Amino acid sequence: MSLVARHLEANGIPTLIIGSAIDIVEHARVPRYLHVDFPLGNPCGRPYDRAMQKEILVHALGWFTDASEKQWLARSPVEWSHDQSWRDDYSRVDDSNREELRQRGEARRRQQEQAKRSGAERSGMISEA
Amino acid sequence: MTPKKDNSNTAGRPNDVNPQKYDVGYMQRTRDFYSAQGYSNHYQWAKNTDTPFTTLQKPLEDCRVAVITTAMPDSEQGRARRDVYPLPSRPYPNSMYTAELSWHKNVTHTDDTGSFLPLRALDEAAGKGIVGELCERFYTVPTDYSQRNTTEIDAPHLLKLCREDKVDIALLVPL
Repeated sequence: MSLVARHLEANGIPTLIIGSAIDIVEHARVPRYLHVDFPLGNPCGRPYDRAMQKEILVHALGWFTDASEKQWLARSPVEWSHDQSWRDDYSRVDDSNREELRQRGEARRRQQEQAKRSGAERSGMISEA
Repeated sequence: MTPKKDNSNTAGRPNDVNPQKYDVGYMQRTRDFYSAQGYSNHYQWAKNTDTPFTTLQKPLEDCRVAVITTAMPDSEQGRARRDVYPLPSRPYPNSMYTAELSWHKNVTHTDDTGSFLPLRALDEAAGKGIVGELCERFYTVPTDYSQRNTTEIDAPHLLKLCREDKVDIALLVPL
């Protein structure tokens, strides 16, 4: 998505990304970014929370005009929950799932091999977490 | 008693015993996760130190806004082939196909499209005069292992769609 933003911007269309993976966006460097410090999946607000979704969108629209080349990253003040344990949980690898992940990788490589043989054109980047 | 050694991958986590908040290190977590599955050829995230930057050509309240999402249409075609699809912004879609994307499936869901596709919120903002209008179409874009597919195929396709629809600004929302 960062590459798309950069391409549109280079061709005269101002862009802004609303996202939750700040390390990836900082690495890629995009024109304007509003960081929503949520688990991946709901960057526009908690599901069914229309007021929060509106708040995030209005913040993003304001950042469209307030951001500059130097001040390109803003953080939304919204919070996912008081419990912060979701942060440790994402793509977790520990002794409880190492063997399962190894087996999953083997199964996936077999699938990919099969897809290649049947002529699939494009491979997905990530399909599980 | 010696505390049990934590040998899990928690990239981004400070060394505090009980950190309250920290930015999750998604790139490192993903590399660790795929290493555990036996992959060594890791995805190379784009790296840049600067960026193109275009200032708004007209006031926000006059701008037509397009939305671009990494979710796919919840249709036979969308499920079968991840691609750039222009789709009608209204009526707001009740569902989008997100199962193949990497999001935090243990702790949330994507059943409410408003949580990642701000069409309704943009219509409301337009109704209040904060922006001009929501573009009649929104667009999907696949997350692709190949940066080349993105830069040489998908991004130019999206630019063409934005120009067809006379889009002034674009809001990009990766899940």
